[in-house]
Amino acid sequence: MSEFVYLYRNGEKMSPEQMQQQMGRWVAWMKDLETKGALKNPGHPLERSGKVVSGSNRAVSDGLFAEAKDVIGGFTIVEARDVDHAVELTAGCPIFLVGGGVEVRPIMKM
Amino acid sequence: MSLALDPHFFRHEWGRLVAVLVRAFGVQNLNLAEDVAQETLWRAMEVWKRQGTPDNPSAWLTTTAKRLVIDELRRERSRQLATPELGRLLESEWTRVPVIEELFAPQPLRDDELRMMFSLSQPRLSEESRVSLVLHVLCGFRPEEIAAAFLTSTDAVAKRLQRAKALVAASRSLFELTDADLEPRLESVQQALYLLFNEGYHGANPEAAVREELCGEALRLVELLTGHPLTRTPSTLALSALLHLHAARLQARLNAEGELLPFSEQDRSKWNHALIDKGLQLLEQSATGPSLSAMHLQAAIAACHATAASAKDTPWAHIVSLYDTMMRLHPSPVVALNRAIAVAEAEGPRQGLCELRAIEGADSFSRYPFYEAAFGELSLRAGDATEAAVHFKAAMAVARNPMEQRFYEARLTAARQLEAIGRGDSTPASSLEDNP
Repeated sequence: MSEFVYLYRNGEKMSPEQMQQQMGRWVAWMKDLETKGALKNPGHPLERSGKVVSGSNRAVSDGLFAEAKDVIGGFTIVEARDVDHAVELTAGCPIFLVGGGVEVRPIMKM
Repeated sequence: MSLALDPHFFRHEWGRLVAVLVRAFGVQNLNLAEDVAQETLWRAMEVWKRQGTPDNPSAWLTTTAKRLVIDELRRERSRQLATPELGRLLESEWTRVPVIEELFAPQPLRDDELRMMFSLSQPRLSEESRVSLVLHVLCGFRPEEIAAAFLTSTDAVAKRLQRAKALVAASRSLFELTDADLEPRLESVQQALYLLFNEGYHGANPEAAVREELCGEALRLVELLTGHPLTRTPSTLALSALLHLHAARLQARLNAEGELLPFSEQDRSKWNHALIDKGLQLLEQSATGPSLSAMHLQAAIAACHATAASAKDTPWAHIVSLYDTMMRLHPSPVVALNRAIAVAEAEGPRQGLCELRAIEGADSFSRYPFYEAAFGELSLRAGDATEAAVHFKAAMAVARNPMEQRFYEARLTAARQLEAIGRGDSTPASSLEDNP
């Protein structure tokens, strides 16, 4: 088994009612991952604000966080046989319902 | 992990959060207040979906919102964010935290929602704008959800909201309940809640769940009005009585297939008797003071229906007399129409038809199906199936949702069958659609 990180890309803004329904779906989906033995760590949400430090002079900028859509909103760590399996496990992830996406990246093991 | 949340917890908390945040930032920063409320709920969703709902979710939201307010005030020190009345206190690091603590204390929260409701109900705004604003700002419905309820375009609602919010923001301060305009403003608030409820009861969206939610919101907000000594007036109590008495019938309005049932065919055992009792109690409490409002009369009529054992046992003559009073105090074509229907029940369909024909200003019914439908029903009962069919067809043409359309279509079919048999003298025991 290998470990993968799911990086969630935020979708559309939601109404309070939609957020509550969405939360219920997430809880169900995460529970499903857990039953399948795939959930290694539910992870954390990420703040929308932050800094980007770049270049040899370490220039600091605010990054492109202002636009909430497409920004990485959080992560989860899962265990899967291979990348195809990890991709398959994203089925039912509620983020797809609101125009968001999941980036699946294998965690490199030394 | 704790108990499951109320299914509308987020939406209700939204109203509370926006109301208190507007008090912190000032009504001119209504958009910022909404952004912070949105961010608070978004954080809750993100954290709770991983860690479960906390034991006291409201307190969690309050703590989060307070932190966001402090961040916002620090970040935007240069801009005039806080309301003039709190500005100084919020700008100083010494007083900021205690002031924010006080802002979020439980009791003022309810008052904030009430003040917000009054601030939104500007008499200068159109009825649609007022109802849309209340739904958006206090009930947390997004433009697409409001558009769905009213069957209009999201764009149109968004534009309407934007204009209305700008007008409210320009008023610079929240409405004070001790203001001299409390009374006219109270009427505007009552009207908005009445329309909100009506939209749920008769509205354009055929989906029952959406409509019941609107009725539920109207009941929740009217309880804010009756819960405050300054707004708990006889007319507020009468409005609350009326909404409770109508809400009692919500479940019985549809049959098992989800189709509308005529009022006379509703299974009265399905009426919600707890709501009826509450409505009757409120009506009794409303009977103080010198003025008899239209709300009182409507609630009294609703009470006659709610307490009658069957359509037959309804005190129709008494209802006619209540409508007579209403025509004297607040005449309108709609009141006249309802009166004509009651007259038909009390004195027979021909008498009812005479009253219908005598209505002044009936041209305002061009988009109101109940008028043609009433003609149809009474013609049918008077034995004139041909005439009835013409009117049901006209009612179908202005039906406001597919459910209404099917209802009138069924009545049209019934009329045509009788016409074909040429047996217009005995008519089915049917009546009008439930029309508050």
